[in-house]
Amino acid sequence: MNVEFYEKIWMWAATGLLALFLGTIVIGAASSAVHPPGKLETVDPTKLLEHPEFSQPGVKERADGSVVVVVLAETYAFTPDPIEVPANRPVTFRLTSSDVMHGFQVVGTNANAMAIPGYVTEFTISFKPGEYTIGCNEYCGVMHHNMVGKLIAKEAK
Amino acid sequence: MKGRFALAGSHIGVSIAAFAVASFMGVLQALSIADISFPRRDESLFYVSVTAHGVLMALVFTTYFIMGLGYALAEVNLGRVVGKAAAWFAFVMSLAGSVMAAVSILRGESTVLYTFYPPLQAKPSFYIGATLLVVASWIWGGVMLASYRSWRKENPGVPAPLAIHGMIATILIWYLATAGLAVEVVGMLIPWSLGWVATIDPLVARTFFWWFGHPLVYFWLLPAYVLWYTVLPKVAGGKLFSDSLGRMVFILFVLLSTPVGFHHQFVDPGISSGWKLAHTVLTYAVIYPSLVTAFTIVASLEVAGRMRGGTGLFGWIRKLPWGDPFFASIALAMIAFVFGGWGGAINAAYAMNGMIHNTAWIQGHFHVTVGTTVGLSFMGGTYWLLPRMTGRALRFRALAITQPYLWILGMALFSTSYHIAGIRGLPRRVYSASLNGEQGAQWHTLTVIAAVGAVVLLVSALCYVTVAVATWLGGKKGEAPAFEFAASLRPPVASMWDRYGLWTVVAIVLILLAYGYPIVHLLMQARYGSPPFRPF
Repeated sequence: MNVEFYEKIWMWAATGLLALFLGTIVIGAASSAVHPPGKLETVDPTKLLEHPEFSQPGVKERADGSVVVVVLAETYAFTPDPIEVPANRPVTFRLTSSDVMHGFQVVGTNANAMAIPGYVTEFTISFKPGEYTIGCNEYCGVMHHNMVGKLIAKEAK
Repeated sequence: MKGRFALAGSHIGVSIAAFAVASFMGVLQALSIADISFPRRDESLFYVSVTAHGVLMALVFTTYFIMGLGYALAEVNLGRVVGKAAAWFAFVMSLAGSVMAAVSILRGESTVLYTFYPPLQAKPSFYIGATLLVVASWIWGGVMLASYRSWRKENPGVPAPLAIHGMIATILIWYLATAGLAVEVVGMLIPWSLGWVATIDPLVARTFFWWFGHPLVYFWLLPAYVLWYTVLPKVAGGKLFSDSLGRMVFILFVLLSTPVGFHHQFVDPGISSGWKLAHTVLTYAVIYPSLVTAFTIVASLEVAGRMRGGTGLFGWIRKLPWGDPFFASIALAMIAFVFGGWGGAINAAYAMNGMIHNTAWIQGHFHVTVGTTVGLSFMGGTYWLLPRMTGRALRFRALAITQPYLWILGMALFSTSYHIAGIRGLPRRVYSASLNGEQGAQWHTLTVIAAVGAVVLLVSALCYVTVAVATWLGGKKGEAPAFEFAASLRPPVASMWDRYGLWTVVAIVLILLAYGYPIVHLLMQARYGSPPFRPF
């Protein structure tokens, strides 16, 4: 294949640029543990009322001191509401839906995950102190835009 | 329209009709999100219009234009369309399917948006109508490939005309992509909507949707690239800088379009981080052929500008035919892609995605890419095709030349606002950005600017439709201008990039590598299905 000199330079530059982007992504993923949810855990969406964990959504502190928030998304609300968590500490969310797909987005933060019926979405994140709006960002029905909640991150006394 | 372009013309006619209807719905949405009231504004109208706008623009307008362009290019480049009876049968079938789906949407029975994620459930006629459109497009692909084979027998050893090479790549991508869609719709959604099975697995369905959903983007983009590579340098008055790199680019898309779908599912459960990272790497690889395209096309335009007497480092740019409706549409479409492409790289970034996933940023993003890069290329393509197919000169040329500039202005207002609002956290697809009164002020200015942009876009859309319809019905009859394609600086040579069978096999292997293990792993779990919901 005959490739002109300048185009060769451009093609190598393009390769280098993409390698640089991918390098940053891979190093970021490996070192500072920036990960999207990746766990595979199933749950029966029609039997959540009998489920030991999702029948009682709420903020829980585990024996090792870590904070777990169990969230149930349903048309058109998140439970619990408001969610009160300690600020500046890693908080692990465990999220599922009892009906259709929903999004769980804490406005102004990187907390953004899908709630899919039949599956548990787990991710860990920490918040700066403040009050945040939680929005549903996956269309879930005619009142989708009114599916909002509140998250309050409080500093430890 | 009669004669050899009847097939192509009929398809393009349907695409323009779908575009016209969908344009009005776009404005309704932008006004509603900005809380600007208008008669009959309500929640169900809003979500019906989101569904209709998405289906009519992203599936009907694009698919029909691409089929029409394909038939026209086959007539001109290969001198034939083999299997016209089958092609007409497919046209009627796709039309019946599209009307079926559209009626179901407009009656408010299938407000599931164009992503139709279960367990939201539409009426069977929505899924069956969409299936008829896709099956008809498979017949279109078969007719195109048969036409190529017939030409190939008479022309052994000659590389296919570049425009046909690009259309073959488009068709191969479409077959690979719609395999995933068929599994979802025929294998899961239709039996479930008919009540034959009680439940559905939403994550498995969604995974097959995105197997289809990302390569769909290249099904739209490649026909635009065909116009950029083969027609644009000619209209600009120059030559294609490199024919062989063009051939490589189209094949790279065949290989890399499909095994990348997890970048739409970064924040889903059930797919491991490692596989998400693997799809990230492949997604970045698919940026490469577009970067090569950027050089080849801009270099071709420089050749044209200098042949027109342009001098100096940038002087050639002014010499280009900015007053030609086709040229202006394509050039502006390309400029939009500079922004849209980089936005796409952010969407595909493993860690940054969490910031913008399902926010208004995404609406902003795909209106620059498919809405402008592809849409404006197809509008420009219409200005090029119509006089050549009908023998009628463009009517209202002043509207035709204003239209692409209005589009880019409207889109700059619309899309930039939604990009910013999205970074600030505005969820996508909301009836009102006030989010139940929680966030009234934060996004208001941005959504109002977007609504102004949407009105400008509607004016531009109406200009396009007016020019197309007026040309068709009342353009001045004369001798049709010839279909002329750009010569390349070096003559085309047969190469490994013409080995379509081989590359298809490589593409299938890549898809199996990228999707095989995660899907099998998912299917082997104890999974719980979802019953249907219709909260609309």
